[in-house]
Amino acid sequence: MLELSHYLVLGAILFSLGVAGIFLNRKNALILLMSIELILLAVNFNFIAFSSALGDIHGQVFVFFILTVAAAESAIGLAILVVLFRNRDTINVGDLDSMKG
Amino acid sequence: MIELIIFYVFAAVLIFAATMVITARNPVHSALFLVLAFFNSGVLWLLAQAEFLGIAVVLVYVGAVMVLFLFVVMMLDINVAPLREGFARYLPVGVLVGAAMLLEMLLVLGSGELSAVGLAGGASEALGGVGTAQSNTALIGNVLYTIYVYPFEVAAVVLMLAIIAAIMLTLRRRSGTKHQDIAKQVHTRKAERLRVVRMNPEKRD
Amino acid sequence: METVYLLIVLAPLIGAAVTGLYGRRLGRVGAHRVAIGAVAISCALSFVTLFGQLSGAAEPFNGAVYTWAAIQGLTVEVGFLVDRLTAMMMVVVTFVSLMVHIYTIGYMADDEHNWPAGSGAGVASYQRFFSYINLFTFSMLMLVMANNFMQLFFGWEGVGLVSYLLIGFWLNRPSATFANLKAFLVNRVGDFGFVLGIATVFMYYGSLDYAQVFGTAAQSTGETMTLFGGEALVATVACILLLIGAMAKSAQVPLHVWLPDSMEGPTPISALIHAATMVTAGIFMIARMSPLYEQSVTALSVILVIGGITAFFMGLVGLVQDDIKRVIAYSTLSQLGYMFVALGASAYAAGVFHLMTHAFFKALLFLGAGSVIIAMHHKQDMREMGGLRKYMPVTYWTMLVGTLALIGTPFFSGYYSKDAIIEAVHLAATEGRPGAEFAYWCVLLGVFVTALYSFRLFFLVFHGKERMDAHTREHLHESPRVVTVPLILLAIPSVVIGWFTTGPVLYGDYFGGAIHVAEAHDVLHHMAEEVWHGPVSFGVHALVNPAFWLTVAGVAVTWVLYIARPGLLPGVRRAFGPVGGILERKYGFDALWINGFAGLGRGIGRVLWRGGDAGLIDGVLINGTARTIGRVAALVRGAQSGYLYHYAFAMIIGLLILLTWLVGGWQGWFA
Repeated sequence: MLELSHYLVLGAILFSLGVAGIFLNRKNALILLMSIELILLAVNFNFIAFSSALGDIHGQVFVFFILTVAAAESAIGLAILVVLFRNRDTINVGDLDSMKG
Repeated sequence: MIELIIFYVFAAVLIFAATMVITARNPVHSALFLVLAFFNSGVLWLLAQAEFLGIAVVLVYVGAVMVLFLFVVMMLDINVAPLREGFARYLPVGVLVGAAMLLEMLLVLGSGELSAVGLAGGASEALGGVGTAQSNTALIGNVLYTIYVYPFEVAAVVLMLAIIAAIMLTLRRRSGTKHQDIAKQVHTRKAERLRVVRMNPEKRD
Repeated sequence: METVYLLIVLAPLIGAAVTGLYGRRLGRVGAHRVAIGAVAISCALSFVTLFGQLSGAAEPFNGAVYTWAAIQGLTVEVGFLVDRLTAMMMVVVTFVSLMVHIYTIGYMADDEHNWPAGSGAGVASYQRFFSYINLFTFSMLMLVMANNFMQLFFGWEGVGLVSYLLIGFWLNRPSATFANLKAFLVNRVGDFGFVLGIATVFMYYGSLDYAQVFGTAAQSTGETMTLFGGEALVATVACILLLIGAMAKSAQVPLHVWLPDSMEGPTPISALIHAATMVTAGIFMIARMSPLYEQSVTALSVILVIGGITAFFMGLVGLVQDDIKRVIAYSTLSQLGYMFVALGASAYAAGVFHLMTHAFFKALLFLGAGSVIIAMHHKQDMREMGGLRKYMPVTYWTMLVGTLALIGTPFFSGYYSKDAIIEAVHLAATEGRPGAEFAYWCVLLGVFVTALYSFRLFFLVFHGKERMDAHTREHLHESPRVVTVPLILLAIPSVVIGWFTTGPVLYGDYFGGAIHVAEAHDVLHHMAEEVWHGPVSFGVHALVNPAFWLTVAGVAVTWVLYIARPGLLPGVRRAFGPVGGILERKYGFDALWINGFAGLGRGIGRVLWRGGDAGLIDGVLINGTARTIGRVAALVRGAQSGYLYHYAFAMIIGLLILLTWLVGGWQGWFA
């Protein structure tokens, strides 16, 4: 029998993997974006699990909105990445330090 | 029982895919593993009575967003080597932080208060399960176009903003290409285009 | 009558505005016609008012004409209190003012020579001068006609302002600007007390209106307040605070230092403001406040002592001055001391009466001195004069009248007022008023000193050798008629006014309800019964009076030293060497005020500026804040690496800490 905690543990693992991905791929902006997608996916898992456990459809609506925002975010993020690559010939985050204080 | 087996199989593949996303050497592989992760998520969501979202994540995410990712990854000629530097050095930190977070979250889950809460059965009325009066999609639509109609509109605007922003960011005018400038065409005057030349008529012989 | 009173006050104000704003367009003649016309209207109406009061045709008027401000519990009004005291002051002020206005035409005729070529301030200075003295007349009338403390204060400050403007009229002279600054600052000290006095009155008597205050004060006799941990009579505190204001305005020791220096101003205003009218504002104020002062014997004793010191010791300083105007200035100080003594002896009427007679003969003396100064081409040093008698007969005779009135020659106006003061204070001393004995000796010996300095001036200027240079001597001539006519007009009351008015003013009930004297203190009433048997017998009474013989002795000594045996003078100087030195230094009051208080103030200011402003506020608070922020920022900016992943790490670690906190709190890790 499936339980709520199955999904929640899976969400927690995905979230931690996303966080670890940010640490590991700190210089690659593309993988950073993908890690953020993983983190958002983990959040969506929690929403859906609770929605299902509580029998409440509203949680799924929130997932819908999160998907929307995530799509927008990756579209703009990738666009920025393209412009960045065009101007500086790299997507290495380590080279982007013009905002250094 | 069959549900548990399905869950564990897909969950295992999902975790494997997610791990590969963050460790793969080649960004193309990462993107492909992310596609796999989304596919598995979709299946798991179907399992949790979220049919509409399960389909949507496959169609929208895998079909559109991830294709965009792949497109960008392949289009940009990325030199991977400098991006990987420090990977080994940061591996322990990353694992440590990730593990710490996981541990704390599991502590919450393992406290016993959330154990043995079952998910809704296959015929849940509230979620539009199989054989119920309304489908899951219809239920979401009912809520989305009534209670959440304003957030829905805002979401639409956000998406449009994203489109405009992406286009504005990436659009560039290459020199040397030919364009049609409608405004200039409309603004033009007769004097700029037409020159009346006075000529003496030639004499007839 | 209200319209008349308004007209009296407003005519000079309008005159001041017109001559001040449109002076250049009006031209000289137009300006002085407007100004003199305005004052003449005031003067004529003041006489009408006075005669109305005398004949009993008009009741004393007390009413508001305009509500200036009404705040909860406090109504500030512009109002007039016109009784016989006010009427007399109005006549004195406007009459002397009118004389001075006319005289000014002559004195300021060639004022452009007093300004450097091309000076902007020198343009239309003649018209400006008339505007100022008109404004002064307005302010002084507001002061004397006030029926409440706020308007009194308005007039008080108004005359102070005009005094400041006129002392520094020749503003290109450093000595003049120094003098007006000094006058201004010393008067601020007095105003400090004056404002506190008004505040005390308002706090304890709950009103600013004279009639209400006096009514409340009469009912709450003996009320005390806590002051510096001790109990003090409210009346005493209020009176002494008001007295401080009066001391500054009427130049009593130790706030007298500004008056001699104020002689830097043009002579007409020395006569008008610094001798006849403004400086008597303090005396008028105390007389007006007599119901209040009668409640506090302490305050009256303070007045007696201060007045006595001023009367005698300031007269002594006059003996060693060489500037003709400064001698008269010290004489003024001394005479103001006499008036204070009279007030302190509860003989308010005598003080006010001396104020009136003094206004006439002191204005006369100043204008006479001004006439001499005109003739001497604006030289004021008496050592360069002498023998002017034959060149300036009118000035000579009028000055003689003024001098005789000043020293108290029997049958002259000064005799009646001054002798009454001496008698009154003598009587107060026998009644055991504290300080009266001291004041009596001061004013008695002061008579001798008065005779000395007055005739020293007179002999030095008009008799003896002609010590001026040849150029000046060739041009010596009598002053024009605009100068001599006011002299003659002022000489007449200087002689005769005592003859007519002494009886009713001093010993009759001229003042009626205007001045209130407690029965136990009423020395003048005693004198009316015992001493006064008409002006003639009072004049003859001089022969048995020590004061008269002291006067005679003073004149005789002066005559010997300056006319008969001038050779004795250096010997006398040597004999009084050290005393002379002290007098030359004016008892060190100038040094005390300038180096002591002003220097102390500047020192404190410098310390506060360097330490407080530059050091603490600028250095620590303002620049220090900026520097601290800069230093902190310099440290913290290291955190701003600009690397995206550093910020991401910060967020994640922050999230981890937050999670740990929440989970830990829930699990009880930190308990």
